[in-house]
Amino acid sequence: MSATSYGWLVLAFPLAGTLVIALGWRVLPGRLPGWIGTAAIFLAFLSAIGALFDLLDQPEEKRQLVDSAWTYAATSDLHVDLAILVDPLSLFMCLVVSGVSFLIHLYSVAYMSGDRGYPRYFAYLNFFVFSMLLLVLAANFVILIVGWAFVGAASYLLISYWYRRTTAVAAGIKAFVINVIGDVGLVIATFLILDKVGSVDFLPVFDQASDSFGRNDGTLVAACLLLLVGAFAKSAQLPLHTWLPDAMEGPTPVSALIHAATMVTAGVYLIARMHPLFELAPTAADVGAIVGCATLLFAGTVALVQTDLKRVIAYSTISQIGYMVMGVSFAAYGAGLFHLMTHAFFKALLFMGAGSIIGAMAGVQDMDRMGGFRRAMPFTFLTFAVGALALAGFPLTAGFFSKDEIIAFGLHRGGLYAVLAVLGYIGAFLTAFYSFRMVFRVFFGDPVPEALELERGHVAHGEPMNPMTGEPEDTDVGFPGPEHHVAERAWPMKAAMGPLALLAIVGGYLAVPGLTDVIEKFLEPTFQDSRFHDTAPTNGSEVLGLVAGGIISVLGIAGAWWIYRRRPGTTARLVERFPRAHRFLGNKWYFDELYDSLFVRPVTGAASFSRRVIEHNFVQGTIVGGATGIVRVGTSFARAIQTGYLRAYALLLLLGAAGLTLYFLITSS
Amino acid sequence: MDITWYLVLSAFIFAIGVAGVITRRNPLVVLLCLELMLNAGNLALVAFSRMHGGEAGQVFALIVMVIAACEVVIGLGIIVAMYRNKLPIDIDEMSQLRG
Repeated sequence: MSATSYGWLVLAFPLAGTLVIALGWRVLPGRLPGWIGTAAIFLAFLSAIGALFDLLDQPEEKRQLVDSAWTYAATSDLHVDLAILVDPLSLFMCLVVSGVSFLIHLYSVAYMSGDRGYPRYFAYLNFFVFSMLLLVLAANFVILIVGWAFVGAASYLLISYWYRRTTAVAAGIKAFVINVIGDVGLVIATFLILDKVGSVDFLPVFDQASDSFGRNDGTLVAACLLLLVGAFAKSAQLPLHTWLPDAMEGPTPVSALIHAATMVTAGVYLIARMHPLFELAPTAADVGAIVGCATLLFAGTVALVQTDLKRVIAYSTISQIGYMVMGVSFAAYGAGLFHLMTHAFFKALLFMGAGSIIGAMAGVQDMDRMGGFRRAMPFTFLTFAVGALALAGFPLTAGFFSKDEIIAFGLHRGGLYAVLAVLGYIGAFLTAFYSFRMVFRVFFGDPVPEALELERGHVAHGEPMNPMTGEPEDTDVGFPGPEHHVAERAWPMKAAMGPLALLAIVGGYLAVPGLTDVIEKFLEPTFQDSRFHDTAPTNGSEVLGLVAGGIISVLGIAGAWWIYRRRPGTTARLVERFPRAHRFLGNKWYFDELYDSLFVRPVTGAASFSRRVIEHNFVQGTIVGGATGIVRVGTSFARAIQTGYLRAYALLLLLGAAGLTLYFLITSS
Repeated sequence: MDITWYLVLSAFIFAIGVAGVITRRNPLVVLLCLELMLNAGNLALVAFSRMHGGEAGQVFALIVMVIAACEVVIGLGIIVAMYRNKLPIDIDEMSQLRG
């Protein structure tokens, strides 16, 4: 079988899984929907591996295969096929997406059991994986947009999965609206490119781009900036990031899958995929790098003070994706995508650990109420700590190699990029600090009652309530189920977290400077036309960067240890000392408030004005009232004639006939 | 042939019929007056037919008689139905169609 046949299979399995679960939810008993979904994703992963072996058999210059299933649309100027592009980049994304998705499905099999919407959950989840794979396999802009929009829809469905929770529904709508802003950017960019190049297929567009556009051509820069709008909306970069923290309203495995490992990296993939365009429009690439850097610093500072466990990880995701966006905008494609992969491993792991902790806390997500889980949950502690080490970039973990490669590349390119890279080091310090803030606050200190209960062998059971607002809930469909699960007691959760913990450590050895560069080598056929193909930093400077990154990471972890373990109470003093800064960060730099006053409130104000004034006076008063008024006047005249007296009708008839006769007599004479 | 007097007579009879239809309240009398109007028309048709020397007017008169017969059948039927239902035999009382 050829690589493209495997590519179609990668798409077919999740789609089949969605259909089987969605249509058979009444008859599939117990955990069977979960196992079907997991098996579908596992088969997709195997197909991706099949495609990998097949692609590696091809000579390097023939590793970009396009296969078309049928013509999607054909007009005089436009020809669109339902086609997939199997090349190292799309295959790399397929492997990461399907691999991590498989483990998260496995985790969900146990974690979501007891929930009344169990089959619905897995139908959505499989649909999401299908959409994401369609996005990365698309061979032209149209299919890319289809996948892009499907992913947004799947994200909406999964965030609002507990649809009776008002906060979850609001978060889903917010995510969808912001994603649609990105969709619009992507669509307009496609129009601009189609208008200039005359094709929507990736490979012809990339081949002809240098003929159609000059360097920093105005149209191309506009198109690339619009592509960036799409990427920023999906990848939660400034200023379109506000949906991601709210998306934590969804079930925790959803946060792990969509809002950490896969969907949010679509923007990074988009920039990497469009690299021939971005290299012709360096201005747009610089914008991407600056925004990525600003985002990673912003999100890092916010993550310092959040108390909701999942939201801390969410801001850390935004921050890490800032690194990736910065990396691919630096033209450090290999490094950016390498960080994407390692991040998928350790961030999915952290979310899974958070899910286990939240299970032990009976749904509570507030870190202020957690503590001392180290002895009650040894497995979760171990894996969470590994994830946090990798996130912090602790020497010899996965995040250590990937993050510092991006920064080293920036330093190597110099100028503006070097400044951004140095700022990246500050972000790395923040990352290490807030990662271990989580670890120390959740696992160390005096055990909370829930932890003591778990040590006695019993999972705590609180009253079901909304962790954000404290509203009471029930456990029927539309709310979380009655059971809570911790990794220590559910083998599928352990089986999912174990491999990820391993990958979070060894995943980095795929690209140790000077020793291995598996990722770079593998991705080379996609990026060999890049202008920056040969401008990689030397091994010496990369090793220097690694040492610097390692020191910063250790410093960050030590800082967290000092503040949260050695001198507990320091934070309270800091808050007292700098109440304004704390409030500023606690309110996430007031972005939500800003958007509320800039967009939401003017629009709701205009809407209520329309309802009160335009609807009431103009629509109801003038248009509807005017029409009924005319009819009423006309009918009152007609009604006056209808007296009901036969003689009156006869008289009218006579007068009418006489009048007609008179008229004809006068006109004929 | 001078048909002035025929037409004058026809107009008189027609006017009497109209006056009867408009003023009388008994449906039987209204029907009779309708017959008067129809026959006034017939008189005029026959007079014109004689003047032109053709047969068309006479044929028209015959058709008008047929229609008059039909009309009387329906009219009398309605009156009998009113009587059977013990409704007042007075067309001014039958004014439910007022708008």
